[in-house]
Amino acid sequence: MTGTLTTTQMIFGRLTWDSFPWHEPIVVATFCAVVLGGAAVVGALTYFRLWGYLWKEWFTSVDHKKIGIMYMVLGLIMFLRGFADAIMMRLQQAWAFNGSEGYLNAHHYDQVFTAHGVIMIFFVAMPFITGLMNYIVPLQIGARDVSFPFLNNFSFWMTTGGAVLVMCSLFLGEFAQTGWLAYPPLSGIDYSPATGVDYYIWALQVAGVGTTLSGINLIATIVKMRAPGMSLMKMPVFTWTSLCANVLIVASFPILTATLVLLSLDRYVGTNFFTNDFGGNPMMYVNLIWIWGHPEVYILILPLFGVFSEVVSTFCSKRLFGYTSMVYATCTIMVLSYLVWLHHFFTMGSGASVNSFFGITTMIISIPTGAKLFNWLFTMYRGRIRFELPMMWAVAFMLTFTVGGMTGVLLAVPPADFVLHNSLFLIAHFHNVIIGGVLFGLFAAINYWWPKAFGFRLNQFWGKVSFWCWNIGFWLAFGPLYVLGLMGVTRRMRVFDDPSLQIWFIIAAIGAAIIAAGIGAMLIQFAWSIWKRKELAVEGDPWDGRTLEWATSSPPPEYNFAFTPVVHDADSWADMKKHGYQRPLSGFKAIHMPSSTGTGVILAALSTLCGFALIWYIWWLAGLGFIGIVAVAIAHTFNYKRDFYIPVEEVTRTEEERTRILAAGV
Amino acid sequence: MSSATANAPAEPRAYHLPEEPHLHEGHSTMLGFWMYLMSDCLIFAILFATYAVLGGSYAGGPGPKDLFDLNLIALNTAMLLFSSITYGFAMLAMEKNRISATQGWLFVTLLFGGAFLFIELYEFSHLIHEGAGPTRSAFLSSFFTLVGTHGLHVTFGSIWLVTLMVQVAKKGLIPANKRRLMCLSMFWHFLDVIWIGVFTFVYLMGVLR
Amino acid sequence: MSQPHSPLRIRLLRWSAPILAAPLAGCNWVVMNPSGDIALQQRDLILISTALMLLIVLPVMALVVVFALRYRATNRATDADYDPDWDHSTKLELLIWSAPLLIIIALGALTWVSTHKLDPYRPLDRIDAKTAIDPKVKPMTVEVVALDWKWLFIYPDLGVATVNELVLPANVPVRFDITASTVMNSFYVPELAGQIYAMPGMKTQLHAVANKPVTGTGFSANYSGAGFTHMRFGYKAMDKAGFDAWAARVKASRAALDRNVYLALARPSEKAPVAYFGATDPKLFDAVVNLCPKPGQRCMSELMHVDMMGGAGKESAHDTQGLQYDVPNSHVIEQSDQNKGQETAPDAPGAPGPHHEPAIDHSNHSGADAHAQHR
Repeated sequence: MTGTLTTTQMIFGRLTWDSFPWHEPIVVATFCAVVLGGAAVVGALTYFRLWGYLWKEWFTSVDHKKIGIMYMVLGLIMFLRGFADAIMMRLQQAWAFNGSEGYLNAHHYDQVFTAHGVIMIFFVAMPFITGLMNYIVPLQIGARDVSFPFLNNFSFWMTTGGAVLVMCSLFLGEFAQTGWLAYPPLSGIDYSPATGVDYYIWALQVAGVGTTLSGINLIATIVKMRAPGMSLMKMPVFTWTSLCANVLIVASFPILTATLVLLSLDRYVGTNFFTNDFGGNPMMYVNLIWIWGHPEVYILILPLFGVFSEVVSTFCSKRLFGYTSMVYATCTIMVLSYLVWLHHFFTMGSGASVNSFFGITTMIISIPTGAKLFNWLFTMYRGRIRFELPMMWAVAFMLTFTVGGMTGVLLAVPPADFVLHNSLFLIAHFHNVIIGGVLFGLFAAINYWWPKAFGFRLNQFWGKVSFWCWNIGFWLAFGPLYVLGLMGVTRRMRVFDDPSLQIWFIIAAIGAAIIAAGIGAMLIQFAWSIWKRKELAVEGDPWDGRTLEWATSSPPPEYNFAFTPVVHDADSWADMKKHGYQRPLSGFKAIHMPSSTGTGVILAALSTLCGFALIWYIWWLAGLGFIGIVAVAIAHTFNYKRDFYIPVEEVTRTEEERTRILAAGV
Repeated sequence: MSSATANAPAEPRAYHLPEEPHLHEGHSTMLGFWMYLMSDCLIFAILFATYAVLGGSYAGGPGPKDLFDLNLIALNTAMLLFSSITYGFAMLAMEKNRISATQGWLFVTLLFGGAFLFIELYEFSHLIHEGAGPTRSAFLSSFFTLVGTHGLHVTFGSIWLVTLMVQVAKKGLIPANKRRLMCLSMFWHFLDVIWIGVFTFVYLMGVLR
Repeated sequence: MSQPHSPLRIRLLRWSAPILAAPLAGCNWVVMNPSGDIALQQRDLILISTALMLLIVLPVMALVVVFALRYRATNRATDADYDPDWDHSTKLELLIWSAPLLIIIALGALTWVSTHKLDPYRPLDRIDAKTAIDPKVKPMTVEVVALDWKWLFIYPDLGVATVNELVLPANVPVRFDITASTVMNSFYVPELAGQIYAMPGMKTQLHAVANKPVTGTGFSANYSGAGFTHMRFGYKAMDKAGFDAWAARVKASRAALDRNVYLALARPSEKAPVAYFGATDPKLFDAVVNLCPKPGQRCMSELMHVDMMGGAGKESAHDTQGLQYDVPNSHVIEQSDQNKGQETAPDAPGAPGPHHEPAIDHSNHSGADAHAQHR
């Protein structure tokens, strides 16, 4: 950074030929595979002339349903990347015994565990739940789209931009070697001078903007766009939990943004927020990042609590037990999640009173969570349970999550945490709640709402194979980690001295392989079901659903509902069916809808470019990118024509088509 | 219809309104923008908290008493407060649909905003010139970041203001433009409130400390 | 069990026993079976809390299974029970909120008491469950510095220091003063007591006591960069005589830990061998905590004093001499250090001890000798 700049440095910043990891065979092989695969996909899209279709119907679409599906696709792709990292770690740890250094050096391994955490949280779990909320919430509240459809498209592309940056780090330079929260001083410029932490910062900043805006968007949607009659206490539980999760997003992601700004100022400008010298204080970073970080885990789990409520109630063919206490429990969790952040670092030397305060607040969260579990339990009681795939995932969740919750409360006891902090016990615990809660919830949701989104069910056989692989694989992979934690084995280790530990790591690796089989089975399930979609086709309501999204066709028309429904009950669709609701067959009107726009794609692409330039110190490009963002944003505001009407003929045609299908089905 | 819901066929209920409910254009804009402001407020909250923690770490260097010139800051504060008042006048003119008065007051607001930014930049360059730049100590890092972030907001507010003036000139005071002026109004007053916090917490208490 | 097992069961047992036992054989569940009183109390707390939670967790899990089976749609026996509109019961609601509440009240009380009792900053009031001591008795002090990527232990009472070997006398209360040189680490000896972070520019504390002679390991439990995985040290608790003999051996080392030796030692290195120092700079630890072990560096304590006085005036803005502590690229093992192999520093004597045996002092050998021996 000092001295004279050569012309190449002016143009390319610190990007040089050596920035490509030629010497890492694993990375080079991956790169080749990605290039070949990418070329094949691009070639196929070009051959089948799909680019125009994709651009017009998907990329620039502001339809919340299409954006929701794109979020899910993004989450799935990144999930495969994040899981590849997990397999690499399991293999290294099962291997590096008896003097062997394994097959990954520290430089590579430390990137792998950092990338695994970052990707799984920010680019798998977040897109999955955002996609789910995007798709389902407007349908559940009887709306035609979200409050700010353009912003919705922009948010999605910002999330994608962040994911692109993370993927770039695989082949260009390196990713952070700091752990997923990048504690300074290790993540400071003096201790991590390369591009890794910068990739981390800009990927999260770009994606974070998207997340915050989509949070604002969904809150406004839920507050402003509910169907007539749907008072707050008549909202479906999934909408309630989504509302709370989005409140958490809006009230916590700015904290992450600010914290990362401070870290980047330290790295780029030379300020002293988190440095050792000049009065900086690294402990402040740890506090700030966890003030965001703890609400974040509730952002992930709350919507899935909603999913389980919907699934359990639907498949027990019964009203949800204790709707009101469910809502209050959700809100209590939402508020309490801000009062527990210090439990992530009891061991940083706070006094006993501070530690026990945060320990006890953490335990208090288990009360509303426990209440929720009881509510699902008593929904099953005197029900008529159909064990379709979503319900199987729900039951697996109840059993798995309970164990994870218990070990979590155990870790909230400060003196117990002193011996288990940062150990593999902790790793087992949070995978126990994130896999057992978030992922199982997502699988339940995917199996439950897939027919809604595509008009056909998922194949049950491959779904069951996946279910059992996941459940068995999970316990084989993480049971040993609980044990290893009790043997005092700490996280992020690359090489082990004690040969007696190896057997446990081998079992864990076998578990990971079984999970891989589960993922494979799920992909087969998707492919098979798409292949056999004619046989699996359903009309509107395959599960005897209870909430509004099932009141319309599957997949829903662009405008969701030809007539805005009026709501009388929390289980509004069940209520409609009970009262002999007849679908109107005439009197359709033109429907007012937002128009598609490419601005979101362009803005996000420019932001990603700007982030990339900043990572590589290509200042001119960063400057240009930034000016571009401002210019495009301003130009967009000069476009006043952002909506159109779906003509009444088209609505009528669509609805009559459905009438025919319904008649044929009966 | 499943057996689950078939029992006791109840009296029919109305499930559609005779007239489709119509959401007027921009129905959520104010709420959405308000939420954005609150999220922005949270960013400032973190910067304030950072200043509260690090504001006393001078690293053997100068402290607020040595650096702050309260007269200059008082002048600066006056600029921003006046700009809020003039923005208020612009909004009053807007309510009466008087385009040129609105534009005039907006322009005055822009001048005050510009003056505020100019004075702030002068203060910053002066400090950096004296060696008290953002890298000198954690106190100065957090000072520059808090005040600078506010300044950046004012800068973007000004760019936005110019954009809106052009749009009002082109399209007049149509509902969309009124809504946008309303959003910027909230933004501008929000920055004023933040500045009151900065002035009190950073400058006044810094000199008193 | 006095009844004879059925042949099938025996066969199954015989067949599966090796598989079940393999993972358990030779394993040391050290967190569940530690040798220090603090770690033991922490273990007890884990067991008690788990038992408390199982009180509610087990019935819930059992009920999930029971309800799932009993109310399955294919089970015609419960058809009569089916009640699709039953969604509220005040009694049940009371139960489902109060049952977890009661458990949490019990657990919360336990937490409050135990957190204060086992606060790492609190001087010990007992050696073990049977032996109480006066907390005012001055414990033995060990100063711990987490370096990149090795551990330095200074025994100020003895005036000696070691690298990567921590030896304690059994049944003597110990106070660890802990810091780090560059980034965050966590000081953890599972045999002895729970961990606490080691942080640059900060001093954390841990009180503990070893209750019986034992050999184990300690390590950093917080990721700190490339050499983290090897940042382990030997831990031994010895009886009084053994400890005295060990201390005398360390004392006999001719190597002295002065500032220069410390600075060379602090340079990043991996797998540093055990080293002994017969003499130490008594102010060294203080200087490390205050980020001023280097000559000409201004100490944090001094700077904080200036800050308390309201700053050092306008002119001090340009005066940044001796303030910088973090150095660019300071987390890589220098090529020259790597070439010298695993010896910590050119002027730091010492040789690695054979695994799990008392380290041998090689201070009379040259560094090159020590290196050759290690290889």
